[in-house]
Amino acid sequence: MEPVHNIVGNAIPLNRADVDTDQIMPKQFLKRIERSGFGPFTFYDWKKDPDFVTNQPQYYGAPIMLAQQNFGCGSSREHAPWGLEDMGVKSIIAPSFGDIFRNNCAKIGLLCVVLPQSDVDYLMARAEELPAGQIVVSLESQTVSVAGTEWQRHFDIDPFVRQCLMNGLDDIGLTMQYDDDIAIFEESRSPLLPLTLKNEASAKA
Amino acid sequence: MSPQTLSEKIWEQHLVRQQTGQPDLLYIDMHLVHEVTSPQAFESLRIAGRTVRRPDLTFSTVDHNIPTIGRELPNPDPTSQKQIDTLRDNCNQFGIPFYDMFDLRQGIVHIIGPEQGMTQPGMVIVCGDSHTSTHGAFGALAFGIGTSEVEHVLATQSLMQARPKTMSVEVNGTLGVGVTAKDVILAIIRKIGVDGGIGHVIEYRGDVIRALSMEGRMTMCNMSIEAGARAGLIAPDQTTFDYVKGRPYAPQGEDWEKAVAYWKTLPTDESATFDKYVELDGNTIEPHVTWGTTPAQSVPVSGMVPDPDEAVSPSARETAARSLVYMGLTAGTKIQDITINRVFLGSCTNSRIEDLRAAAKVVQGKRVASTVSAMVVPGSGLIKQQAEREGLDQIFKDAGFEWRDAGCSMCLGMNPDILLPGERCASTSNRNFEGRQGAGGRTHLVSPEMAAAAAIAGHFVDIRDIVGK
Repeated sequence: MEPVHNIVGNAIPLNRADVDTDQIMPKQFLKRIERSGFGPFTFYDWKKDPDFVTNQPQYYGAPIMLAQQNFGCGSSREHAPWGLEDMGVKSIIAPSFGDIFRNNCAKIGLLCVVLPQSDVDYLMARAEELPAGQIVVSLESQTVSVAGTEWQRHFDIDPFVRQCLMNGLDDIGLTMQYDDDIAIFEESRSPLLPLTLKNEASAKA
Repeated sequence: MSPQTLSEKIWEQHLVRQQTGQPDLLYIDMHLVHEVTSPQAFESLRIAGRTVRRPDLTFSTVDHNIPTIGRELPNPDPTSQKQIDTLRDNCNQFGIPFYDMFDLRQGIVHIIGPEQGMTQPGMVIVCGDSHTSTHGAFGALAFGIGTSEVEHVLATQSLMQARPKTMSVEVNGTLGVGVTAKDVILAIIRKIGVDGGIGHVIEYRGDVIRALSMEGRMTMCNMSIEAGARAGLIAPDQTTFDYVKGRPYAPQGEDWEKAVAYWKTLPTDESATFDKYVELDGNTIEPHVTWGTTPAQSVPVSGMVPDPDEAVSPSARETAARSLVYMGLTAGTKIQDITINRVFLGSCTNSRIEDLRAAAKVVQGKRVASTVSAMVVPGSGLIKQQAEREGLDQIFKDAGFEWRDAGCSMCLGMNPDILLPGERCASTSNRNFEGRQGAGGRTHLVSPEMAAAAAIAGHFVDIRDIVGK
């Protein structure tokens, strides 16, 4: 994955709470076995409304998305962050996120930033008023700021997630360095635990 | 050792590695794989030249995207067929056991793990599906992951995970006649909200939980994600042991005794504490019906569609108003005056044999309303077979229900089983999100008994008026 440092650009104000991943990426597009090309299907049903925010040309290609609490709740489908990534979103700012969605975003280099409700409301109102207004999300300094103003807020992020994002780390490669630890753990596992292949073989015998 | 909760014990016992500044590396005892969230993970493994570390701790089936009717015919959707074929090929290439479409044991992944006895207390279980929390009913730590993490588990049989917080949800008292595990979990989600469990593992405790069957416990743990929780679990007890015993993957003979002795060490220590506590009075829980587009938007069946103006906050009011527009409902409408066109009895929430028995009891000797089309989708081939042995299929068919093959079906509508725009469905599934069961479709979540009663009446009815007499 590409390293993430600073994200600068305008923001899409998606002013809704509890946006579930079924809305972000409806089920009919989960049949694809490809990893790319999900962008056009993002918010497929909501986009049928011409007034829906991602239909407004002033927000095309914006690298930041603003959303309300519990963004990305529901289904674990990583197709949802893949779609957002493919439409050019690099960071999402919201008061809270669904746990699995947030994990999925971290794995693909999509930066989820949690800010207090009042700050999100401020940024939301501003992005609605000034669609071209520039926001700077700095992973280096862990801040969100509004370009050309004094407005700046600090955000917390898991230091490990931050390190992985900034270095574009392949965390499978990282875990594989601990192969010995995994092997030692495996030796200590209870022999009573189920093995799918063993039983499958005896079931067939 | 300091007192620990059930989930903390399981966590500790699966620590491969702990290092300051890094999430814990957790060992995975069982990885369940299905066709929808795995193809990109396998492809990525191939590209990186990696392999599956433990195919013997991995298990696979097709459920999300398969037809529930006419399986012997060519799949009408070539994209779906390709996804099914891809999983079969991947399982062959990497040596992963696979229950294919015509295997009697095929079914919804969260139904067949427990059914085969692969789900056991104390295990860590993952799957690329948010309803993996179902397996928590056995006192296992089970949670949903995304495709990148699926790949990580395939390659390393482990996962880097931040330690979750703990939440105790205690339900005491006794459930009334006609009140089910589904109603209890809907009441809990209504109370704590769809984001109330974020970052937490919920342990369900109390008299009501102890009295539930394994089927009921699975229904409850299944919907933990609908409260935003990372996982939900229930301490193993005699009910758990009785369910697991004798299943194909369960320990046998002397091993069984040893396993039970270990499982008995798992329940939360008496003096252990949780990060958060929630309590509900089971005596007062009524059958629930959702009226909106989040699982927290529910009311007792005796109630009415709430007025958004009475919502606790401006944002809740806006969300509620939006939900009512989507659902085509007016505030103040009595729940029992809402008419339906469709009934879906199925999903990993409520398609086990006990659910089918309970629903069959309600429909026996009756007819589905002429305005309703209703279907039953058993959770697995084995459940279907068992139901047919008991004659339940005949009861449903005589009443006018369709009797289908096992799969996820209309819970998420990836296959042709979908609602048409504007159709209103009483569904035993887990999500009433906009378009979940089909674009423009309107979903009301209920228990199997309530869904069956609604199918007969053509509108919601209070199941207590039927079974209480």
